[in-house]
Amino acid sequence: MPIEIPKDKWPGKIRTVTLGATAAEGGTRAKTITVGGEATLPFMHFETPTPNRPVIAIEIKDHKPDDWSPLLAEVWGEAMNDPAAWAKSAEAAGADLIVLALNVNGLDGKPTTPEAAVAAVKAVLGATGLPLIVFGPGQAELDNELLVPVSEATKGERLALGICEDKNYRTIVATAMANGHLVTARTPMDVNLSKQLNILISDMGMPGDRIIMDPTTGALGYGIEYGYSVMERLRMAALQGDAMTQSPMIVTPGFEAWKTKEAKVGQGVPESWGDWKERAINWETLTTVALLESGAAIVVLRHPESVKRVRAAIEELMTV
Amino acid sequence: MALSGIQIYKLLPKTNCKECGFPTCLAFAMKLAAKQVELSACPYVSEESKKQLAESSQPPIRLISVKAGGYEIKAGNETVLFRHEKTFFNRPGIFVKVKASEGEEAIKARVGVADAFKVNYVGIDLNVDGFAVEADGGDFAGAVKAVRSATKRPLILVGKDPAALGAGLGVLSSSSLPSSGQAIAGQAESALLYAADSTNWEAMTELAKQHHASLAVSAESLDALADLTEKAKGKGLEDIVLDLKAAGLGPRLALSTQARRLALKSNFRPLGYPIITFVEGGDGRDTIAAAQAIAKYAGFIVLDRFAPELVYPLLVLRQNIYTDPQKPIQVQPAIYEINNPKPESPVLVTTNFSITYFSVANEVEGSGLPAWLVVCDAEGMSVLTAWAAGKFDAERIAKTIKGFNVADKVSKKRVVIPGHVAVLSGELEAELPDWEIRVGPREAVDIPAFMKQALN
Repeated sequence: MPIEIPKDKWPGKIRTVTLGATAAEGGTRAKTITVGGEATLPFMHFETPTPNRPVIAIEIKDHKPDDWSPLLAEVWGEAMNDPAAWAKSAEAAGADLIVLALNVNGLDGKPTTPEAAVAAVKAVLGATGLPLIVFGPGQAELDNELLVPVSEATKGERLALGICEDKNYRTIVATAMANGHLVTARTPMDVNLSKQLNILISDMGMPGDRIIMDPTTGALGYGIEYGYSVMERLRMAALQGDAMTQSPMIVTPGFEAWKTKEAKVGQGVPESWGDWKERAINWETLTTVALLESGAAIVVLRHPESVKRVRAAIEELMTV
Repeated sequence: MALSGIQIYKLLPKTNCKECGFPTCLAFAMKLAAKQVELSACPYVSEESKKQLAESSQPPIRLISVKAGGYEIKAGNETVLFRHEKTFFNRPGIFVKVKASEGEEAIKARVGVADAFKVNYVGIDLNVDGFAVEADGGDFAGAVKAVRSATKRPLILVGKDPAALGAGLGVLSSSSLPSSGQAIAGQAESALLYAADSTNWEAMTELAKQHHASLAVSAESLDALADLTEKAKGKGLEDIVLDLKAAGLGPRLALSTQARRLALKSNFRPLGYPIITFVEGGDGRDTIAAAQAIAKYAGFIVLDRFAPELVYPLLVLRQNIYTDPQKPIQVQPAIYEINNPKPESPVLVTTNFSITYFSVANEVEGSGLPAWLVVCDAEGMSVLTAWAAGKFDAERIAKTIKGFNVADKVSKKRVVIPGHVAVLSGELEAELPDWEIRVGPREAVDIPAFMKQALN
């Protein structure tokens, strides 16, 4: 019995965004990464081919963080003490791009200085040819204080700078616009808030192909269903033609998953949770895979084994 | 697919006789569409219309139930493609597979461990739903007997040879018969057979009918699959499960989506059944495949191994994806003791939205500092939402503090409220005159620093 397969026809599509700039384009990256461009729900290749596969970023810090799981400290080892070495290890572990998330404080316990932030960013850019995303520590004033000099010192590299939030986006957007960078716009798991921030940033004159949306998510067991459904709805709104939801989405399942007790700690937990390391990797990969299937274009991970598994999953998902 | 009120109206007598209790046939049709009345309230509806309406009231994806020992795993009856459109209803059953060739002792041991597995998530005990037994040579009846001796949970019998599966079913029917020798309908075991294909479907269909089992049907394409389900249905079998042959995550996602769309959007009956998915592969490939199956439309998932670190995250994912978006998961309002608090430890207050609770509890726990965490009944809303809705105000907080006799547990009457509701501190001082009210951080992630710096 020949069946007619129901195919969705959408008027809109996800905007194409390119991160990084090569020497010819005014930067120093060995390669660039392009995401977006899809005109279907995730991986519905039978409707329209998927032009760009989702990509994996590995998150590193400007110095070894004191609150990361021992499993992560063990696997990255000495490299965590040097952002350049860490970036190299991340590239070797299969990252498509690097996220450098700046710490609130330097090793001396005082707030990270602009000089230190610039030095860390330059060190990373020198150590790897991959495109780079730089996140501030997530405190409005400090973010602005650090990201402006970082942006100026890396003019033309097409970095993505974050975190733009509804209460703090102007300074970051302005400096990104002036220096040829992109921005990531973070909103707390809400379709309308995502859209609204996108409008605010666009109103400043930032071109759409330089905005990446971070709809935020929860880890498996800690609210993933909210992030998951918000992303499905954002993707549908985008495909229906709403220009302010058409930015590709970045999510941070590594950050979320490694906050959870299930991933972070191995002692004093129920026996029914099973082997710590495998559980932690599963926590990170399952969170990630669910978000890929709901529309993520860039996933930010922490553990190399998760990177390997998610990469294999993306290969399978891209297979027709 | 459900008919609209207008479509139903066209099938009614349109005489507005009012005998159904409604002023017009149209009003009655609207009530029917909303499933608020029964068609039998209309004395004049034609037999032909009755048939059409009955047909349309069939769920687009048939409900299949696999039962044994008082356990029942249901799949199907889904109505949407995306959970935000309404909700997903029947959580896919998670089964663990053993093979007859493993030998009875090994089977008993493996099944026993998985059967006893229990893990608590937000106050709910989660477990494996059942087992699949594969006839891969050797004594299949013996293997099924071994499995049944180690678990009472529902079974899937896996094999191509109807004779072997029949022998396995024989073990089940006899073991589920009460001593009188008469099976009682409600207690009868109902297994799932896997699978019928173009070569064995007639014998498998007969076997399934004879044993009141469900039958998985397997084919290389959706076209061929639809042909086969129609053939089985033609022989009188109703309880069918689809096995989509797909290599890898991408093709499986496409096929599962197509089957679901055909059932829901095109009302295509030959594929209106739940889907079974077998997952395997090392380096986490089985885990990831199972995760996709949970999110994207499987009704039964068969793992070829059991390990707590594999099953726990899958059960949690299933719980999350199948949460009704309209009804957030809540935790019990109570005083939660974190890191063995002492009388001098601080008292923190938050709401009973599970994610709010877990965010706060996780941070406090991670800080290593002891605390009393008082969870107020805010109808399952987060701090800001609950505050805006008037479900998390000074009166409720004070009532909770008093209701749980927090004052009896602590030596220092000091309570920390979330930074997002700093505005409540004045009113709360009035409600709790003996207490010192402190405003904590807005975000849970800042709690450890706050506890270290501000509370010491």
